[in-house]
Amino acid sequence: MSDLSTTTTRAAVAIPTLSAKAVLPWLLFAGLLMLVAMYFISAEQGAISLLSGTGVHEWVHDGRHLLGFPCH
Amino acid sequence: MSAREFLTRGLLAGLLAGIVAFGVAYVAGEPPVNAAIALEETAGGAGHSHDAGTPGHTHDEAEVPRSLQSTLGLLTGTVVAGVTLGGLVGVLSALAMGRFGSVSPRATTTAVAAAGFIVLYVLPFLAYPPNPPAVGSSETIGVRTAAYFTLLAVSVLAAVVAVLVGRHLRTRLDGWHATLVGAATYLVLAGGAVALFPRFNEVPAHYPATVLYDFRLASFATQLALWAVLGLVLAELVHRLATRTATLDADRVAV
Repeated sequence: MSDLSTTTTRAAVAIPTLSAKAVLPWLLFAGLLMLVAMYFISAEQGAISLLSGTGVHEWVHDGRHLLGFPCH
Repeated sequence: MSAREFLTRGLLAGLLAGIVAFGVAYVAGEPPVNAAIALEETAGGAGHSHDAGTPGHTHDEAEVPRSLQSTLGLLTGTVVAGVTLGGLVGVLSALAMGRFGSVSPRATTTAVAAAGFIVLYVLPFLAYPPNPPAVGSSETIGVRTAAYFTLLAVSVLAAVVAVLVGRHLRTRLDGWHATLVGAATYLVLAGGAVALFPRFNEVPAHYPATVLYDFRLASFATQLALWAVLGLVLAELVHRLATRTATLDADRVAV
């Protein structure tokens, strides 16, 4: 790469924009992944129980408290 | 550049953030958690009962020993939170890129992570500060959890409204003032919700203030570490991605 093209690149680090249409499916995917995962970290076997027992609650117990969720 | 590239970088930055957050939580958070559990055991359940049908929380006959709860269990919590929040922040950064005037990819990504910290942690903290074990009545865990997540949803909606207001005003005001009005919109909406939502003060009488304070400070530090590492690492990765893309484009033009 020549000095000239480096300079051009520096100047041209323009802010790229992605179309909302292209991003939305990924946003939906990442959002759902976050919600499902965070449900198990934050609330399962606390206020709500999909699985019986207390194993999940106990395993994530300290994380649930320290991440700031109501634990019990 | 594609949304997928932002997602993978977000997941990676989140993994690092989760590991660092574990370190902070372990060092700063475990001492107050252990102090709280010791208090609970000496109090003999005077503050609250374990038999009300809500699962969990008999530390003596635990299925998962405390030694695992405070290490691998805690790591699971912070890493799952880091990775999945990282993925979301990655994709949101992809969406935000270039939509707020001439803000660099690095600054955009850092701003998205900072907003995530405020909207998802600091705001709910104001109404429902985190509590160590043995603070909180098992009779109210259902309504407290519902209130917490409802406030979280209101906070997210307020942020979406604030962003739309701010972006709309950019055609009439300059970027600085549009941002200020957007931030004020969020503060009024989310702050109003904090004022209106019910309060639960279930800290037992004579509970040591230092344990409560140390615990809440440790929780704040844990989340701050998570979001700061996530934002700064992702900003670096996104910057490299944008630079590489720009270089490729420039080369293509040069050819």
